[in-house]
Order: sequence, then structure tokens, then C-alpha cells
Amino acid sequence: MQTVVLVKQVVDTEAEKRLLPGEWRLDRASVENILNPYDEYAVEAAVQLKEELGGEVTVLSMGPQEAEEAIRKALAMGADRGVLVSDPVLQGSDALATARVLAQVLRGLGFDLVLCGSMSTDAQTGLVPAALGELLDLPVLGAVNRLEVHGGSLKAARQTDEGAIVYECPLPAVVAVAKGINEPRYPSLRGIMGAKKKPLDTKTAADLALELGAVGLGGARTRVHAATSVPPRAAGKTVTEYESPQEGARLLADFLHENKLV
Amino acid sequence: MARICEDLLFPLNRPADEEGCHWKGGAVATPAGFTGAYATFTEAGWTALTADPEFGGAGLPKLLGFAMEEMVSAANLSFSTYPLLTAGAVNALARHGSPELRARFLPNMVQGVWSGTMCLTEPQCGTDLGLITTRAAPRDGGSYRIDGTKIFVTSGEHDLTENIIHLVLARLPGAPTGTHGISLFLVPKFLVGDEGAPAERNGVVCSSIEKKMGIQGSSTCVLNFEGAVGYLVGEPNRGVRCMFTMMNDARLGVGMQGLGLAQVAYHNAREYARIRLQGRALRGPAFPEQPADPLIVHPDVRRMLLRTKCMVEGMRALAYWVGYHLDLSEHHPDPAARQEGADLVALMTPIVKAFFTDQGFEAANLCVQIHGGHGYIRETGVEQYVRDSRIAQIWEGTNGVQALDLVGRKLPMHNGRLLRRFFHPVAEFLDAHADDPHLGELVALEAKAFGRLQQATATIAERSLRDPEEAGAVATDYLRLFALTAVGFMWLRMAEKARDRLVEAGALPGKIRGGGSSAGVPAATAIADPAPAIVSERNVAFYQAKLTTARFFFTKVLPETSGLLATIMTGAAPVMALDAADF
Repeated sequence: MQTVVLVKQVVDTEAEKRLLPGEWRLDRASVENILNPYDEYAVEAAVQLKEELGGEVTVLSMGPQEAEEAIRKALAMGADRGVLVSDPVLQGSDALATARVLAQVLRGLGFDLVLCGSMSTDAQTGLVPAALGELLDLPVLGAVNRLEVHGGSLKAARQTDEGAIVYECPLPAVVAVAKGINEPRYPSLRGIMGAKKKPLDTKTAADLALELGAVGLGGARTRVHAATSVPPRAAGKTVTEYESPQEGARLLADFLHENKLV
Repeated sequence: MARICEDLLFPLNRPADEEGCHWKGGAVATPAGFTGAYATFTEAGWTALTADPEFGGAGLPKLLGFAMEEMVSAANLSFSTYPLLTAGAVNALARHGSPELRARFLPNMVQGVWSGTMCLTEPQCGTDLGLITTRAAPRDGGSYRIDGTKIFVTSGEHDLTENIIHLVLARLPGAPTGTHGISLFLVPKFLVGDEGAPAERNGVVCSSIEKKMGIQGSSTCVLNFEGAVGYLVGEPNRGVRCMFTMMNDARLGVGMQGLGLAQVAYHNAREYARIRLQGRALRGPAFPEQPADPLIVHPDVRRMLLRTKCMVEGMRALAYWVGYHLDLSEHHPDPAARQEGADLVALMTPIVKAFFTDQGFEAANLCVQIHGGHGYIRETGVEQYVRDSRIAQIWEGTNGVQALDLVGRKLPMHNGRLLRRFFHPVAEFLDAHADDPHLGELVALEAKAFGRLQQATATIAERSLRDPEEAGAVATDYLRLFALTAVGFMWLRMAEKARDRLVEAGALPGKIRGGGSSAGVPAATAIADPAPAIVSERNVAFYQAKLTTARFFFTKVLPETSGLLATIMTGAAPVMALDAADF
């Protein structure tokens, strides 16, 4: 079982983020960067499949050289090797351009399964898995919260409000896992120490023979035109006047329903 | 590690304080969530961080162990007592146990599958170990029969591990009185069979647990030994010495508890001071659009925050410096360098223990003060830090005993050789940096404090030759004077680094001197500065804050050494003059 997990380094979800002046890109230097939390579920799923079926887990990322740290984190969780595509010409790649780069790497790697998180916590487009499926002509399953592999095929379930939908598809395939498919493990001391010695290849655009017009800012098919801050949270509502306890309870229940909180 | 602390240990801190431990029929249940958290902590391998690879440890530097202890203590001091005490027992056993005992017990203790305790205190015997009455009698086959009662045994009984390995001080038949007649025994809760698995229950029972001020999640046990099987560790009648291996490690560990508590108290206080709107800045509203300004605009709040901040950062640097020398003392190829490292660690151990834990308590106290009434009520959770941090000033030798250890044992040891391990690097650094354009002012303030420390040291040494009470009566003041000077030395070195990085970044005018500082580092092991990192905007702010904090320490905290010297110079008479009946 050869699994490739796609990961991204993102700014710490708890950090105060800001944009680079004059550009609509995040200022990554001003804050801590971490492994995209959604990707941890994909890494855990891949490591569990390896523990069950044997094989190898490769972690693939595109980003600045510092993204190596995110790969090391995944290696500490039990993945076997890492590949980082890092090249200034790739800056400004949108989801499609990113997928083109990753697809090119994947063409050079043997794999049975590509696993990814549902989206990155920074851009939150969730488009890369679908774009990859299209570029590589592979089946794509998203929002998967149960995953089994039997021989040359996989069975995946997606939970909806009404019930679970179960899909089957042949391998290789691209699967985006939902948050909550598993509980990502804490990297062990042994894992962290071992991760330093695991192989990690860094590739440039030239190594991959990428067509430069199709990647980076020039290859992006989307543009960010504006960004606004989240409006400050409106003041809460306090229910103080009601005629009976039942009336008070109804007001609270109405509020919860109106705001889709239940 | 950080994730485990943040996601698992910290969220359990308050619930464990509310719930406490439960004793029933000799068994102790730890608060909800502890067993799961302990399993995650040990399975991830953290108990093995610094242990010897021969017994399954990762063999990483003790310095890293210090960093871990600070984090775990900050997240959950109660929880930390279970794994961290085991680490001390492991060290004592590794150093003094027979090969057979080591092979049978250490691997499981290193992995955290079994835990360790230290059983010293008895109802009539606390600090004065010479009063121990627990008895050990030889049995057939080379083991011993242990009878007696031990109290205040931290983690003496709990549900986190399948076996608990007690290290017990007891007296052999006919042993000399006092501390020279005490031997150390290993007494497992379950006897360990030939296959290495826990088998029959040994004759040690937890008859109750204490109700206490803080660390409610840590079980403080009364243990009754009745015909328990024990194994001698080290030589007969040398038990106190063996136990002190564990005790010295534990004292440094307790210092890290103080630092951890200071750190978490500071974090809480800082957040609250930023969000709580109360009153207006004295020079006029800082945030006119808000109904009031945040607490952090008020000078007195800033004073409390800065005091804690400069202590936390200074103590952390000092801890790592001591940790570094602990590693040198164990692993340096040159025996002279090993000895130098060991000397410095021995000198600084009482300072780390006592000063850090005093600061932990003070930081917790200031944190409550900044929260005002909201700190005093339980809801914000910061009053717990006051109660929890309090124990660290007491256990592993009260802070008063630490001061006596420093003055009575460490100063005169080897004709002052230990002292020179600290005095020489400080003097060298001060000499080399006296004219430094950026640091000169701070260097001058540290030089004054260092002068006071030298004067106090000489005075105490001279007076205590005539009368030991001259040392005893000023020991606590002396330890504090020493600690402040040591923290000052660390702040100078941090300020120097910060200055160098700021000059590199073009944020400060000037040139960096060649060579850097290697003060306190034996020449053979001086670490070359890593290639200058790119100093990002974020780092510039960080280094500038370091320099600003350093200035606060040198101008607002370090001058306390002046008062301390004055007190020390007045000697013992004012302390000893009052008749006991007149108190």
C-alpha cells in the first residue's frame, strides 16, 4: 500500500493573521506556522492504513523551505518520507496551479492512494483534491469519515444529516478526509527523533519540468481582489423579560433555531 | 510535548483541583482523566526523555528535561508529580542499585509502566532524617524485611501504573544512630517474579491520603510497611547519601516547578491585563473609544507584570545554564570539565530550588493581585496557582534548609572551589564588557550586585568561623542576594545576544565584537555561534523587548541586593536576641 498524503504549512490558527502590504497574501513571517490541522487527519489515516496493510507513506507539500517543518511533523507521526516542492516561481499559485504542481510530482511517484485534509485553514477553498482528480484522471471522494481498503479498491463513507453514504471505487484514488475521521496521534519522542533521519527530497520547478506559465501567480486562474476583516461580533442577546418560564424557554429555543444552533 | 500539555494536561488542571484523589480500602483513584493522560504521556515516550539508553531511555540532554519539566508543571503541577518523581527514582537506582536490581526494575520505570516514590518522612521525622525509626531486618536469600510508617509519600499509591517502586530509608539492626545509620531499600508494591511481571502483593499499604492546601490531584500518602520485602540499594548505612542522588535531581526539578508556575501565572495575568477594562491611563485615555482603558496601561500593574516577566525569563536562562553544566558533568570527555560542571550544579542547586519556588509563589500571588476580586474567587482559576505553588517552597527540603545548604555546605566545600565556578565567569564577563557602548550601564549595575555578593560571602565566611549562627541567621538573605546576582548574569548574557542580533538587523547602530561570549563555558566545549539567522521583523521586536525587560530587571529589581547586603552585615544578633519566652 503506497499512500501519498498532501500537506500544507499554514499560519497558526490561533495567531493574529495579517496580509502583506500591497498584496493579498498572508504574511507568514510574522507568525508561527504549523501543519494544517485538517491534514493531521489525513496523515493519521495514512499511518493507520500502513499499520494495517503495510507499505509506505509519503508526505508531499508545496511551499517555502520552512514548510519542511510541517513535513517533519507528519514524519514524526509515522510517515516514512517527504517530498517538498519549493521554488520562488511557484509563489502565488492558486488552487489549480497548486494542483498542477502536485499532479506533476505524483506522476513521478508510484501510489495507490492520495489522501488529503478537507481544506487548508488559511485559504479554505478545498479545491485541490478535485483538481488533482481531474488532472490525473482519478476518482475523487471528499468529506470521507470512514475509510477501508480491500485489495485494489476502497470503501469510503460520508456522514450526512440523514445517514451515511457508502462509496466504493477502484484504486488509485484521491480521498479528502473529514475532520473527525480519527484522532490524530501525538508524535512520540521516538517519532520526533526518528523524523530527523527520514528522507526528505526538495524539488524545484526545474526538477519537475513544469511549464512555468501554468504555475505561480502567472498560472493562477483566480485573483484575490479585496479582503476585509471579519466584522466585530455583534453583542449577544439576553432574554430578561418573559411572562412565564415556558415563555422564557420558548424565546431561548426560538433564538437557537433562528441561528441554526440546534 | 507542547500539544500534550495544552490539549490534555492543562484542561485537567482545574477539574483535578475540584475533584482531588479518592482513597478507598487502601487504593487511590486519581482524578478523572489522569489515567488516560498518563497513558498518552508515557506511550509517547516522554518519561524516557533523559534516561540512560541502557535502560530504554532516549539519552537526551538533561537540559531538555528541564524544559519539559517547566512545561508539564505549568500545565498541571499535580499530574507532573507522578512521572517526574519516577525520573528521580530512576537516577538513584541507576547510580546506586546492583546490576540485578537495575535490570529488573529500571526498564519499566523508564517507560513509565511502573512509577517511583521516595519514602523519607515519618511522623516524628521531617527535615531531620537522623530520627528515622523504620526498621530493616535481613531475611534469607539476601532481601530484607521492612517495618514502619512513612508519611507525605507523594504518588505513594495511585491507579496510573501497574506497579509502584518505593525507595525507602530504614535502619538496619545495630546501625549507628543519626544519619550515618540509615540505609536505602527498594520496596515494590507488587513483588516482581522471575518473568519480570508483577506478582504477589508486597506488605506495603496506603492507610490514608492527606487533605491539603493545593495539588489536589497528587496523592499524598501514609504508607504502612509490615513485613514488606525490600532490597538494599547501595551500601549499608549509606542510604542518605544514595537518597541524595534522587534528592538533588528532585530539588532541581522542584525549581522547575516554581518556574512553571511563575510562567503560567504570568500568562494568565498578562492576558487579563490586556482585556480587562478598568480606569483610565494617568496621562489621559489610551483608548478613548472604549468605556475604560485595559489594566495594562496602569503603572502599578505593569510593575507587577514586568517583575514576573523578568524573573521568569532570567530563571529560565539560569535553569538551562545549570542543565547544560549537569550534562557536562555527566558526559564531557575531560574529567576536569566534568568536575567543573558538577561543582557548578552543586552550588546552584539550592538556589534553583529555593529562589525559583519563592518566585513561583510570588508570581502566583501577583497574578491574583492583578485579577483583583476576580482572582480571589475560584472562577478565573488563578487562586489555584497560589495554593499549588506553595508546596514547592516546602518539599524536597524547605527553602530555609536550602539556604543552610548553600551557606553551610556549598560555600566552604573544597575551600570555596564551588564558589569560584560561579565567581570567575561572572568577573570575566564584567571585565570584558565594562566599556560596552550598549550594555555598559547594565554591566555597571551587575558589577555593583556582584561586589555586594563578594562582600557578603567574605563576611559570612569570616564570622561563621567564630559562630555558626552568624551564617544561619543570614542564610536566606544571602541565598536571595546570590540568586539575584546569578539571574543578573543571565540577563547580561541575554542582553548581549539581543544586542548582537539587533545590530545585525540594522536595528541598533554599532559593530559586533568578535568572539562572542563564552563565559562559564569550558573552553573545550564552547559552542560556536550558529550562522547568523535572518533576523525577521518579529525577531527584532522580540530582541528589543529583551533589552527593555533587561533594563527593568537591572534598574527595578537588582537594586534589592543593596538592602540584602545591609541586612546580612548586621549579622545574627538581632535574630537571636529575643528570648523564646518573649515571642
